[in-house]
Amino acid sequence: MTEPIKITTPLSEEDVMKLHAGNKVLISGVIYTARDAAHKRLIELIYREKELPLELNGQVIYYVGPTPAKPGQVIGSAGPTTSGRMDAYTPKLLSLGLRGMIGKGARNREVIEAMKKYKAVYFAAVGGAAALIARSIKKAEIVAYEDLGAEAIRRLEVVDFPAIVVNDAYGADLFQQGVEKYRRAPRD
Amino acid sequence: MRTISAIEITKKVRELCISAACILEPDVAAALRTARDTEQSPLGKEVLGQIIDNFEIAGKEGVPMCQDTGISVFFIDIGREAVIDGSLADAVNEGVRQGYKDGYLRKSVCHPLTRVNTGDNTPAIIHTSIVDGDRLTIKFAPKGAGSENMSRLKMLKPSEGPIGIKTFVLETIREAGGNPCPPIVVGVGIGGSFEVSAILSKKALLRKVGAPNPDPEVNAMEVELLGLINELGIGPMGFGGTVTALGVHIETHPCHIASLPVAINIQCHAGRHKEVVI
Ligand code: SF4
Repeated sequence: MTEPIKITTPLSEEDVMKLHAGNKVLISGVIYTARDAAHKRLIELIYREKELPLELNGQVIYYVGPTPAKPGQVIGSAGPTTSGRMDAYTPKLLSLGLRGMIGKGARNREVIEAMKKYKAVYFAAVGGAAALIARSIKKAEIVAYEDLGAEAIRRLEVVDFPAIVVNDAYGADLFQQGVEKYRRAPRD
Repeated sequence: MRTISAIEITKKVRELCISAACILEPDVAAALRTARDTEQSPLGKEVLGQIIDNFEIAGKEGVPMCQDTGISVFFIDIGREAVIDGSLADAVNEGVRQGYKDGYLRKSVCHPLTRVNTGDNTPAIIHTSIVDGDRLTIKFAPKGAGSENMSRLKMLKPSEGPIGIKTFVLETIREAGGNPCPPIVVGVGIGGSFEVSAILSKKALLRKVGAPNPDPEVNAMEVELLGLINELGIGPMGFGGTVTALGVHIETHPCHIASLPVAINIQCHAGRHKEVVI
């Protein structure tokens, strides 16, 4: 297998244009966590034209709700959650400069189109590999919505966070390509 | 009559919650190792390698293998010669409360409408049956939402028969794609009534991975479906590959002459199931 590409956040348009569906990457730098409830609140703030608790430009959002950290741990187990639940909110965030998302599972048409339009990329991490992934998280602090517990927005500092490019800014989709390649069942 | 202490039940449930989250059962672990050897996609192999590394780290360090430590589902067989010196539901819920707190597990249960978290992963889902003997068997299967959300139930017409059942299963798995964290185990409940088919599909997931249904005709369908599912090409995490499912488990129950309920419950690779007998 090819060697993974090392990338550092925040991502520029140029960084994003170098990535292609199927590339393995190791992400370093700051990423932010947010899932269902936090997305809902962010979108409400955007529509009320209020300030957001994080700067979206060039950022990467990781869809995760970690387990509580044990004493001495930076963070508990922290694998990706299903991204499709965030689809309804994502195009708006992309339009405001969000460059990357990490999750698991497929995105809908609107999100894939918005990624092409605003030059962004969707990475998948291995779902369920939560103890392994947590090792690449070196620092974690809550920056907003502490009341949401596992769903609060956290600022993570990561080093060599392992992920795979699923949707690139050119519209390619690893899920489609991969399944196409290995499907032996007739299509209906 | 044999008396079973409610305090003992709480203690055992607490331990079950923690160990199920952190230590993968040997049958699932073995199935995943075999999958890594047989998977033909290089990326798929690598994903399986990460999944295996992950459960090894989790077991060694005593941390949850997945951050979604699930809603707590129990199947409890109560021997008819056993009496519990307290409330079974209270004892189980107290065990869940303690286990999820002391084990640093994620509390993932909320009110269905307000979405306010209950804060301690209770109430547990408890299915009970009365069986012979004087023992209490507690089977625990915490369930993450990623795979649970991809489950489906359909009332087929009897005329649709086995072909209709297989088509429904394949459709469900294909639509689920990478969402339920494949490789998966597929539980299928056929027959009974609306609710019985759903419970059967979940019960089917309690079997050891790949353990056949004793009825040869049902087992033949399990084998056929496993082959067909793995021809879909979904592969580990949906990135494409030859191992999409580790097993298909079917449970059946007689049903009304005019109906054919079919339920499909999907289990992700973090196939957590643990059992204890008191
Ligand atoms: S589907 Fe299973 S492995 Fe995947 S995130 Fe949910 S609980 Fe974890």
